[in-house]
Amino acid sequence: MNVAPAPGLDEALARRLELHPQVALRPEPFGALAYHYGNRRLIFLRHKDVVRLVEALGSHDSLGSALSACGIAASRWPSFVTALQSLETSEVIRER
Amino acid sequence: MSAESLVSQMKFGLDAPICLTWELTYACNLQCIHCLSSSGQRDSRELSTAEAKRVLDELRDLQVFYINIGGGEPMIRRDFFEIVEYSIANQIGVKFSTNGAFIDRPKSQQLASMDYLDIQLSIDGVDAATNDAVRGEGSYAMARRAMDNLAEAGFGPFKISVVVTRHNVDQLDGFKAIADSYGAQLRVTRLRPSGRGADSWHDLHPTNAQQMQIYQWLLANGENVLTGDSFFHLNALGAPLPGLNMCGAGRVVCLIDPIGDVYACPFVIHDQFKAGSVRDEGGFAKVWKQSELFLSLREPESAGACSSCGSYDACQGGCMAAKFFTGLPLDGPDPECVIGNAESQLLKVPAGIAPKPAMDHSKPVTISRRKPASV
Repeated sequence: MNVAPAPGLDEALARRLELHPQVALRPEPFGALAYHYGNRRLIFLRHKDVVRLVEALGSHDSLGSALSACGIAASRWPSFVTALQSLETSEVIRER
Repeated sequence: MSAESLVSQMKFGLDAPICLTWELTYACNLQCIHCLSSSGQRDSRELSTAEAKRVLDELRDLQVFYINIGGGEPMIRRDFFEIVEYSIANQIGVKFSTNGAFIDRPKSQQLASMDYLDIQLSIDGVDAATNDAVRGEGSYAMARRAMDNLAEAGFGPFKISVVVTRHNVDQLDGFKAIADSYGAQLRVTRLRPSGRGADSWHDLHPTNAQQMQIYQWLLANGENVLTGDSFFHLNALGAPLPGLNMCGAGRVVCLIDPIGDVYACPFVIHDQFKAGSVRDEGGFAKVWKQSELFLSLREPESAGACSSCGSYDACQGGCMAAKFFTGLPLDGPDPECVIGNAESQLLKVPAGIAPKPAMDHSKPVTISRRKPASV
C-alpha cells in the first residue's frame, strides 16, 4: 500500500539546512554524539544514516538532494524529515 | 534506538569520555570535611603547565567536548587561566568548580569575558552556620561574595553546586531561591564516602526518610535542577528521575588527578580504580581505550546479591564508590539502598576494614590552640 506523503513533505524536502556551526559531532558505535557549545547540550544521534545526512546537509541545495546523495531510499524520507525536525529543535541543525 | 538500548550501548563504553573531571591541584584554601580528594596541600608531582597542555592536545584529538576542572581549589594554580584559555582555544569547553576565594571583581570581569566557560560555586548550606560547619569558617560569606561579583560583572548564569547532606536536605527550596535570585542554575549532587567524606559519612549522609524527601524534591524540581545524574540509586523508589540511569565510571566519565593519574571516576581515588597515568607511554588515550580496569568496567556486570531484588533494573545497584568506601561488596546493594537491603550487610562490615583513600593531602591538623596555656 502506498503511503500518502505527509502534508508539507515537499516543503520540508526543499529546505536548505546545515549543521549548526556551534555543534561538534563525534562518531560513536551507535551513531554519533553531538555537543552544542552554545547551549551546552549533549544530543545523541542514534543512527549512522542520520549522522551521514546531517554531515552532508551543508553541501547540498536542499534536504531532498542531500537525502538522494546519501543513498537513502525515498520510502524512508518522511521518517528522516521527522528526525531532522527534532534535531532542529535541539539546534543541532539550522536553516541556511 | 530506545533510551534503554542507548544506555546499554553506553555501558560498553564510548570511544572517548563525554566529559571528564580533571582535578588540577590538591592544594586548597579550605578543608571541607567531605572533600572527595582529601585536598589541602599541593603535591610536588603536580602536572606542569606543559604537561597539562599536552593532555589538552590529546583531549582535543579525542573530541572530548568539555572538561570539569576541580581540585583542591583550581584557581590556586598560577597557570589556571593559561590552562583554561588553552582548553577553550582547542574547542574543549570548561566548567570549573571553585569555592570562590579568588573570584574578586577583576577576576570576575576576566571570567565574564570568556566564552565556553561555566563556573560552579560550591555551598553546602543556605546560611553560614550550616555551610561553614562543613566547608569551614567564613566559606559561606566568601562564596556569596564571589556570586555577587560574578553577577555584577554580568557573567551570566553560573552554577551553584550543593552536596546534599543530612543537615541541608530541608534547605533544598532555599538553595533554589538563592540560585534564582542570581539567575543561576542549581546543581545538587549526592554525598559520597570518598576522601575525607569517609570520615564524615556517618554524620552527614541523609537518613532513610530524607532519601525519600530528596527523591520527591527531585521529581518535583528535577527538570530545572542539575544533578550530574548522581541520584540514580533513588530510582528504586518509583518513577525514574530525569537523567542517565547508570554508573558512568570508565564508560562515559573518568578522573585525571593533579599528578596525572587516571581513575574510573572522581569518587574512587584508590589504587583499585587507578587505570594508569597520562604520563605513561600512549598517554590518556591509551589508558581510556586499553587499560585493563576500564575494559573490565565495560563488561556486563553481575547483580550479585541484588539479583533477587525487583528494583535492580531501576537503581542498577547504586554507586560503586559508595559501596567500596563503606566496605560493601561491589556486586551488592548501595549503602543507601532505599529498599533497606544494605542495612544487614553494613552491620557485617568489621570496623576498620573499609578501604582508605590512596592519598591524603589534608593539611596537618593544627593543635596549637589545644595546647595548655601554661608554658
